[in-house]
Amino acid sequence: MTSLAAIGPGTDSGAPLCGVTMPAWGLRCARMDAVFEKLLRDSLPSDAGYASARFVEERSQLVHVRQGISEPVRTAKDTGVMFSVWKGGGAGYAATSDLTPSGLSLAAKRASEWAEITTGRSVLAAPPLAHPTGSYTSPVERPWNEVGLADRIALLTEQSERLAIDERIVERSARIWTIETDTLILTNGGGRVEQHHHQVFPNLSVVANEGSNTQTRSFGAGALGGQGGVEVLDRHGFADAAPRIAEEAIALLDAPNCPTGNMDLVLAPDQMALQIHESIGHPLELDRILGDERNYAGTTFVSLDMFGSYQYGSKLLNVTYDPTVRGEVASSAFDDDGTPSECHHLIRDGVLVRPLGGSISQERAAMDGVANSRASSWNRPPIDRMANLNVEPGTSTVDELIGEIEHGVLMETNVSWSIDDSRNKFQFGCELGRVISDGEIGDIVRNPNYRGISATFWRNLSGVADDFTVMGVANCGKGEPNQVIRVGHASPTCRFSDVAVFGGAK
Amino acid sequence: MSSRERFEELVGWAKSQLEGDEILLARFDGENSDFIRFNGASVRQAGSVRQRSVELELIDGQRHTSGSVSLSEDDELDRGRVGSLLAELRDQVGLVPEDPYLLYATDEPSTTDERPSDIPDGTGAVDRVLDASAGRDLAGIYASGDIFSGYASSLGQRHWFRGATFNFDWSFYLRADKAAKNGYAGTSWDDDAFDAKIAWSARQLDALAREPIDLQPGRYRTFLAPAAMVEIMDMLSWGGFGLRAHRTRRTPLLRMVTEGATLHPGVTITEDTAGGAAPAFQSDGFTRPDEVVLIDGGSSGGHLVSPRSAQEYGVATNGAESHESPVSVALSAGAIPTGTELDALGTGLYVGNLWYLNFSDRAAGRLTGMTRFATFWVEDGEIVAPVNVLRFDDSIFHLLGDGLVGLTDTAEMILDPGTYGGRSTMSHRVPGALVEAMTFTL
Repeated sequence: MTSLAAIGPGTDSGAPLCGVTMPAWGLRCARMDAVFEKLLRDSLPSDAGYASARFVEERSQLVHVRQGISEPVRTAKDTGVMFSVWKGGGAGYAATSDLTPSGLSLAAKRASEWAEITTGRSVLAAPPLAHPTGSYTSPVERPWNEVGLADRIALLTEQSERLAIDERIVERSARIWTIETDTLILTNGGGRVEQHHHQVFPNLSVVANEGSNTQTRSFGAGALGGQGGVEVLDRHGFADAAPRIAEEAIALLDAPNCPTGNMDLVLAPDQMALQIHESIGHPLELDRILGDERNYAGTTFVSLDMFGSYQYGSKLLNVTYDPTVRGEVASSAFDDDGTPSECHHLIRDGVLVRPLGGSISQERAAMDGVANSRASSWNRPPIDRMANLNVEPGTSTVDELIGEIEHGVLMETNVSWSIDDSRNKFQFGCELGRVISDGEIGDIVRNPNYRGISATFWRNLSGVADDFTVMGVANCGKGEPNQVIRVGHASPTCRFSDVAVFGGAK
Repeated sequence: MSSRERFEELVGWAKSQLEGDEILLARFDGENSDFIRFNGASVRQAGSVRQRSVELELIDGQRHTSGSVSLSEDDELDRGRVGSLLAELRDQVGLVPEDPYLLYATDEPSTTDERPSDIPDGTGAVDRVLDASAGRDLAGIYASGDIFSGYASSLGQRHWFRGATFNFDWSFYLRADKAAKNGYAGTSWDDDAFDAKIAWSARQLDALAREPIDLQPGRYRTFLAPAAMVEIMDMLSWGGFGLRAHRTRRTPLLRMVTEGATLHPGVTITEDTAGGAAPAFQSDGFTRPDEVVLIDGGSSGGHLVSPRSAQEYGVATNGAESHESPVSVALSAGAIPTGTELDALGTGLYVGNLWYLNFSDRAAGRLTGMTRFATFWVEDGEIVAPVNVLRFDDSIFHLLGDGLVGLTDTAEMILDPGTYGGRSTMSHRVPGALVEAMTFTL
């Protein structure tokens, strides 16, 4: 078996992904070219109350082996700048991939034009944005660019082969997506924020089929991403996961349907990530509370007057916005408005205390929030997003959580998610369930689903374990125009009582 | 220089850099877009995006690899970027294994598709929208501008698409989650058509103003408006029509494969490229046929076959992209006269929109999702009250199968307002559907 330790640094002369020097106003990986930076700063409108230029370069590579065959390797380098201008009571933005002096000038001018057009008609007359300085770089123990392309393909080919344990496995897939993002924010007040993020999203998946019964099993359903380099794979045991998930997929084919009824439900961390995301994260986004998302992503059952008093969950529920967790997907020093990131509780001992809102939403709502104004790339304006949103660990062990259950189900790995537009009525499904009887984990069951109402579900949180898994997803969608963004979720195993659980079609 | 000319020039230069028997495929994407986002009587965000990028695929025998870079308006800069990318791909192609599923167009015609349009300047839309929505709580987005898409191969083939569209997608909110949603999109703005859409939304608000009711979980006779049917079509499109999903048993229509299950004989679903808004070529140079019949009178028809799947499964490609999902979905119209939907419904639920659908049992074809926006309880053809949000969980073999009473006689063309990464050219042409005993669970 190829171990990650055995993958040497570029022994096959695989070209590094970055390190290409371009003309002064072009692309430079990892370090910002001084000439280009001056050009960018000089392009800021001189008559704006507040103006910023946000440069983003994202370099990514997807290596994917499916059915033992390498899919086409896809490498991308996406570069551009967004100017944001606040002037005379209006606000506008303009983004461009044309980084020539004329291209930047045109974009800055267009942003100013939008500010003039929206004068007197903007939701906020003046931006509460500062001129910060600082930087951040992802901690990386072992850079991905030390692993040559041939070695990456070999690793995934090996994992793909290890998934092929039975003729009922009809599809198997191994993939690694690596992303490096450089961001530079300059403001017309001398602000300068430079951040470099390195993220890795590994995944393995199998499909098993017998007649009309198809079951899937995966390595966290893509929720095990993180910041870092090769070491991200080691965090969740990527190298050893293939046989387990393949065996579980086969076992699911023969497993009985998940039982139906109200019962105790234990959610493994890789399902807790989805639960947190859909029924805590999105409801607490301040721009959603202010109505911005009503036409698309929806509204929320949370209102401004709930903060400080509303019992969102049981006393065991502590939820943080935490940009400081090493290796979590969205850890950073600043958000995309340049606001410094700090850790805050959003829910403390079950009580709702703070929304997920960046500086602009905070000003509009007249309340404190967090530094979560984020954009998917240079071509979309920042809006309130989740960054790292975590449930803090408790004091029980996982065995203790399970041991107190007479009748329940343990569910792992999300496969289906649906929630209403107020973030209340939800229904989620998982890849695999295990029956719990009299404190013991028993048989595997297939098609485990559960439904509930956010406003009551979290109050039924009856146990929080002391484990803590740091995860990250790459597919959170929101906003108009639409943006998909990567977010971090860390969570322990949790137990909920009196949950409506059910299986698949009979 | 136009975007097309610039792409052509860049490709010509890149071709001059090829070595040996290398083959180059190039794909160009670009847009000039204005976005105006509204909340209440104000503008939440307004701006413009100018984006251009090229993806190159370098092929050497059976080995190939691809990469993309952003583009400017400067020849020297863009040649530098493309040159660096080509060098990187050349290094990579020596490291990847041979690909038995490699397939690209070698004998396909070149095409040009530049669609006429008459769309207003984005900056003028602020006034128009705020004037039309005066006094109402508006949330929504106006997006407009040019979209470009191009393909070129070093073998000489070319495709080019240019379209300019506007898409105004909005809701008028009454209170809480009670809102009337609508959309106005196309290639030629018509003030009267826009005003009619605004008036329709205002009338819906009148009905939404009545005291809402909660319905108990159960099975209800239900009319699904065209906008709601779009959501059902999108779920079906997630693996329902691609050859790969069928062969690997991931399709939600698996019961058609394993049990011979069928949908209602009045259901015909096609990938209607000729009637849609998307380019008629795909990323490997293949042109799409005018139409691919996916469900034919309730029975399984053809599949969408990407070039890779064609090689893997030994069939011909029909110009599908690698995701093998339709982008110009059309569902056949039926016989229920448009405008008589409430009469046809009689007593039951009128569902204007569905939201956040997913599979509750994919292999069995079971879907779940929520009602959203204008959902009404109807008695004897008359709206009685708006209904608070409900979750449904039902089988596609019931909704479009044994539970389907009929489809309206007009299929509405709905241009996708999606803007993930870039403005969508997807479309749905769908009627409304009357369903007996649709299952609602929460």
